[in-house]
Amino acid sequence: MAAIEQQGAASGRSGGPGGTSFGDRFSMRTRRLVWVWSFLALPILFYAIIRFYPTFQAFYLSFTNWDLLRPAKFIGFANYIKLFKDPQFWKVFKNTFTYLIIGTPISLVTAFTIAFFLDRVRFMHNFIRALYFLPFLTTAAAMAWVWRWFYQPPPIGVINDVFSMLGIPQQPFIRSTDQALFSIMVTAIWAGLGFQIIIFMAGLRAIPGTFYEAARIDGLGEWAILRKITLPLLKPTTVFLVVFSSIGFLRIFDQVYNMTTNDPGGPLGSTKPLVLMIYQTAFNSYAMGYAAAQTVVLFTILLIVSLLQLWILREKK
Amino acid sequence: MRKATLFAGLVAGFSTFAFNAAQAVEIEYWQYVFDTRVKAMDQLITEFQKANPGITVKQVTFPYADYQTRVIAANMAGNGPDVMQLFYGWLDKFVAGGLLAPLPKDAFPHAKIESDFFPIVKAMKRGDDYYGLPTAVRSLALFYNKKLFTEAGLDPNNPPKTLDEYVAAAQKIAKRDASGNLIVEGSTLDMGGQDHQWWREVLIRQFGGVPYTDNDQKVAYNSEAGVKALKFYTSLQLEKKIGAAGFMDEGQAAFRGGKAGMTIDGTFRLGAFKSIKDFEWGVTELPANAQGVRSNYASYFANGISAKAKGEELEASKKFLAYITSPAAMDIWLKTVGELPALRSAALTEANLKDPIYAPFLKGLEYAHTTLFMDEAGQRQNAIDMANRVLLQGQSVEDSIKQAAAAEQEIIDSAKP
Repeated sequence: MAAIEQQGAASGRSGGPGGTSFGDRFSMRTRRLVWVWSFLALPILFYAIIRFYPTFQAFYLSFTNWDLLRPAKFIGFANYIKLFKDPQFWKVFKNTFTYLIIGTPISLVTAFTIAFFLDRVRFMHNFIRALYFLPFLTTAAAMAWVWRWFYQPPPIGVINDVFSMLGIPQQPFIRSTDQALFSIMVTAIWAGLGFQIIIFMAGLRAIPGTFYEAARIDGLGEWAILRKITLPLLKPTTVFLVVFSSIGFLRIFDQVYNMTTNDPGGPLGSTKPLVLMIYQTAFNSYAMGYAAAQTVVLFTILLIVSLLQLWILREKK
Repeated sequence: MRKATLFAGLVAGFSTFAFNAAQAVEIEYWQYVFDTRVKAMDQLITEFQKANPGITVKQVTFPYADYQTRVIAANMAGNGPDVMQLFYGWLDKFVAGGLLAPLPKDAFPHAKIESDFFPIVKAMKRGDDYYGLPTAVRSLALFYNKKLFTEAGLDPNNPPKTLDEYVAAAQKIAKRDASGNLIVEGSTLDMGGQDHQWWREVLIRQFGGVPYTDNDQKVAYNSEAGVKALKFYTSLQLEKKIGAAGFMDEGQAAFRGGKAGMTIDGTFRLGAFKSIKDFEWGVTELPANAQGVRSNYASYFANGISAKAKGEELEASKKFLAYITSPAAMDIWLKTVGELPALRSAALTEANLKDPIYAPFLKGLEYAHTTLFMDEAGQRQNAIDMANRVLLQGQSVEDSIKQAAAAEQEIIDSAKP
């Protein structure tokens, strides 16, 4: 703020004694506003060109049959009709919502539980927190490949090796149409856990200690404190994480693609999320119009889910 | 006066510019990134520029996953390559998009193409025109691990010749631990690798059928032969238990790691397998059936001239294409990349036919088939799913074939320009 004031003053001075310069004609407030907006205009303009223009372009493309090679032709709702008749789309739709509906609660409950107890741990607190955060810093592709090897059948899969030592039957994991989706979901949850823990802990720290003291003096049990004080006061944090994590699961791609590159989204499409289908439609089949229609559907789903969550978790007045 | 001088200077400047342009023409050659291919092309360009001092060739490369998109996008933007490399299976798409010019008949007469190149070059012909020529071709063969052969009591100098011998050898090599887990495969099973080609162009034919009719536009494997071929393939895992799909992630990784007795793969794998230090390996022709019928799948990357190359650039491109499809260029390519020459005269030399590694691939070329894919990725995925339905979900072979045939027909029909 100080810098802005100084700048404003400087430009006023440079106007000189003529009295006709920009600086003198307007009030301090206006000058400051112009100054602020001239800075803000740049990112807004940039954002409009990089983000909004392509978004609108995608809406338009979804009504065409563009295939990169020939000029786009307007075909009305044909892409959308094809999409809703495509059994593959419904399978992918189901997969995407499985990632969302199972992944989000599990990851949030796990993250909260860890954060809740980690908050009380003093011994090696920072070290443990760093350990949880580490996966979040790692490239998704690298992690996916490590997990891909963990999940291999014997003789190279670590998890199956441990199972055989413990006398548990071997599991096919990502080679099975039933287990593959959950095997991949676990890695996605694990990867995002660190971030959620940090945010939850920040939320927990923000709750004033006096509330807890008062509750304890009044003789409230731990469970009651959690339910009556911690959870309600943590609501803004929770809302943020629910939305953030949902969007993450709805857009899941890296883990799936990297763990199943031999048969992307397989086996038999059992792990394929919507984003991977869009990618394949666009960059393997070059059906850009059809892919744009899928993108619009994904956009709509993201929008609805986010608005719905904000509405459900809104402050009740 | 001053103006006149300026004008004269300008004219002089322009004319030197034009003169230089006439003298030195630069063309662009595009291919995807693959270390040995890029090196071989650098060498070819140096040789070519030595022989044609007026022409410079600029090599531009992109990662394989991006390559097609780049070519198509650059064409739209109007700044694509003059000469480009393309997989034969992309031809329909590239021709429909107007990316490629037919090869000029004066420089590349059809009679000469058809007599000198291996017959699979026909896959580059649409209507009356050829759209590209390959430097090198690829075929399949059976790689085998001599160490595992010896350990299993098999003769490492006498690899299997028929499908029955192949199964018998694989069963001897396959090993399991006490709890029944596979630890060494007899032979790899990897539909996502080359097995889908083996099934489509080799096994179906060996069981008495054809994969497609109508220039590969009609799916024909929903037949007794198709069922028998898929039954044979899936029984390798389900009944004969010589291997398992997904073992060590990929077939080639299992072979490389010394955990598979045999694998079916192409010439392009030679480079990767050459660095194997732990064991000796050999190559033999793909197994014949009981009646001695053999088949193979051959493929290639061809080089085509862009539709946008005109005038001097077109002339230079013609010269460059003629050079990179000449016997001398093929020799360099074979030595650097390990891929077989596309010209009979350059491939079937005495030295190559005596070479224990090249010979099986060359023999395969004689009876090889080339699938005219309409959507290579889609058709491959369809074969992977077909096998997985049987292997993972217990669907009957007959139903899986029927479903796959219908789905593939749809892929082919919708990919038609």
